[in-house]
Amino acid sequence: MTREITLSKAVNEAIAEEMRRDASVILLGEDVAEAGTPFKVLSGLVEEFGTDRVIDTPISEPGFMGIAVGAAMTGLRPVVDLMFGDFLYLVMDQLCNQAAKTHYMSGGKLTVPLVLRTNMGATRRSAAQHSQSLQALVAHIPGLKVAMPSSAYEAKGLLKTAIRDDNPVVIFEDKLMYQDKAPVPEEEYLVPFGKAHIKREGRDVTLVATSSMVQVAEEAAEALAGDGISAEVIDPRTIVPLDEQTILNSVRKTSRAIVIDEGHQSYGVTAEIAARIGEKAFYHLDAPVIRMGAMDVPVPFSPALEDLTVPNAAGVAENARRICRGELIHAA
Amino acid sequence: MSAAKNRHNTEDYLQMYRQMVRIRAFEDNANQLYLSARMPGLTHMYSGQEAVAVGICEALTDEDRITSTHRGHGHCVAKGADLKTMFCELLGKAEGYCRGKGGSMHIADQSHGNLGANAIVGGSMGIATGAALSAKRLGREFVTVCFFGDGATAQGLWYEVMNMAALWRLPVIYACENNGYSEYTRTEEIAAGSLIARAQAFGVEAFQVDGQDVLAVNELTQQLVGRCRKGEGPFFIELDTYRYHGHHVGDINRDYYRSRDEEAEWKKLRDPITNFGKWLIDQKIMSADELVAIDEEISADAQAAVQYALDAPYPDVNEVDMHVFSGVDHALEYTGGAHR
Ligand SMILES: Cc1ncc(C[n+]2csc(CCOP(=O)(O)OP(=O)(O)O)c2C)c(N)n1
Ligand SMILES: [Mg+2]
Repeated sequence: MTREITLSKAVNEAIAEEMRRDASVILLGEDVAEAGTPFKVLSGLVEEFGTDRVIDTPISEPGFMGIAVGAAMTGLRPVVDLMFGDFLYLVMDQLCNQAAKTHYMSGGKLTVPLVLRTNMGATRRSAAQHSQSLQALVAHIPGLKVAMPSSAYEAKGLLKTAIRDDNPVVIFEDKLMYQDKAPVPEEEYLVPFGKAHIKREGRDVTLVATSSMVQVAEEAAEALAGDGISAEVIDPRTIVPLDEQTILNSVRKTSRAIVIDEGHQSYGVTAEIAARIGEKAFYHLDAPVIRMGAMDVPVPFSPALEDLTVPNAAGVAENARRICRGELIHAA
Repeated sequence: MSAAKNRHNTEDYLQMYRQMVRIRAFEDNANQLYLSARMPGLTHMYSGQEAVAVGICEALTDEDRITSTHRGHGHCVAKGADLKTMFCELLGKAEGYCRGKGGSMHIADQSHGNLGANAIVGGSMGIATGAALSAKRLGREFVTVCFFGDGATAQGLWYEVMNMAALWRLPVIYACENNGYSEYTRTEEIAAGSLIARAQAFGVEAFQVDGQDVLAVNELTQQLVGRCRKGEGPFFIELDTYRYHGHHVGDINRDYYRSRDEEAEWKKLRDPITNFGKWLIDQKIMSADELVAIDEEISADAQAAVQYALDAPYPDVNEVDMHVFSGVDHALEYTGGAHR
């Protein structure tokens, strides 16, 4: 049985199911209990699991991140709620120097099974400190897994997998998608890490897109179909580990690729995926691989400016048409 | 030094003496390894501070946890680690506690509850507090001791986690080893007001103790551990102590920040091992000859451990991308990363 639920509800269900299944799962963060977070994603959990397991913390991001690391090393499975992805900078030491490296530095003796749930996504008119998409920052660090759900279905399945994983996992939810609905099975399911989803099959160009950019890519593919261009849309679902094989197979077939992600373009997720395509499928390519990330500027407040900074369907479609015509987009 | 409680404690006293001597012997050998260029990297000597690690850890069980620091060999030995495996780690050998991946500043010994040294000053304060949260949530009895230096009290993390520990009544003891210096700077220059007052401001009961007096440290810790187990934590202890060597083994010319007279005075008057040894003799618990025999036996053990580690093999190059992720044999195959 499948019903349509919001991404927010999907996250809530994933956590509730895992907390019922495993008593060592706890939830930790600012206003996670009675308030259920500012986005109301966690509403109702404290009523079922109590304040012993759904723990409101002071506004001390490095502090509760560090506490989660120690708790994870000693028998709990903390799910940390970081209210905005922009606050990742505050927890970098605990996440990247401690959580990510503990298993390695201890020669495999200590494990850190924790999940850091946070968000990403601009165009909410929230300006530069509440709009960033910082997945590249953590994907760069060995020892962290990074998931980027593109719908309620993925949000639920990936989060359940994350909670059962014995490693630190960072999940980015697009805060603009919390109210978006998608079909989600009633019965239990998991979405495995490192398995991309081919959202739409095509022959002429591969659009690799993460999180909300999957919708953008699908919209572009629809427009391209009207022009007789057949686009394949691939959602990697996790960027660490990355399902390189599915992406490379697609590019070998289409011979063209555009990579779309909402993080800043330079040194970003798009750059990494494009480079791997370039290294591993070079002789199959008929056009340069195109990166489409967020503009390399802090996210501006004014709607007139902010909308310019994020990739959109028209831009993706236009780039696809041009590479399919053999035009060089970034001529030297 | 306080009077002997009763003769039943003889075993405990001897254990404390032996553990302090083991730490000193370990460090003397580590220093020699560095000076003779047989050890990769630098290391921070614990010599002089032995009564802190031993006084505290002898009040703990293997179930109890500690977190340690860059100056962590003493904590590791005191919590029960084996010298051979420790030297192997210092030399980057496969039989080391962390298969040579951690080295001096990251030794962790899970089997005795040592959650690891940490090369980020103050970096383990959250981890220790989190371990205490586990104890409370899982209904387990273990207590966690968080070791850190006077310099680490300047990190904001401590105040964040101590606030939560106090709010949630967590079984954690913050143990600040005040050795008078952080690197090349005197504590007075970096710490305003009093350290114990800072803990008290959070409603955390705070104590100051002579960190050169192993019995005083042990007695206080036993009380606090017992109270932690009854749900009365957290606590803070400031232990006055002194490091004999430079900040690290390479810090040899240090007259510009610390006088030789000051060093000589601590060594002469306040050495934790000498003073405890004298007390054992005064109390007629041990004879001078017996103590010398112990010292010699431990010294021989330590040297044998060094030799063992020098002869031990390095990890196979195949291990370089192992242990990045739990449940994944080789990380590069898994992430498609690079260059294999
Ligand atoms: C976050 C951080 N800042 C600086 C350093 C460099 N550093 C290593 S040890 C040290 C001094 C620490 O002093 P203290 O906490 O008193 O410990 P002690 O060395 O006296 O044992 C410094 C500054 C570091 N490792 N980590
Ligand atoms: Mg110091």
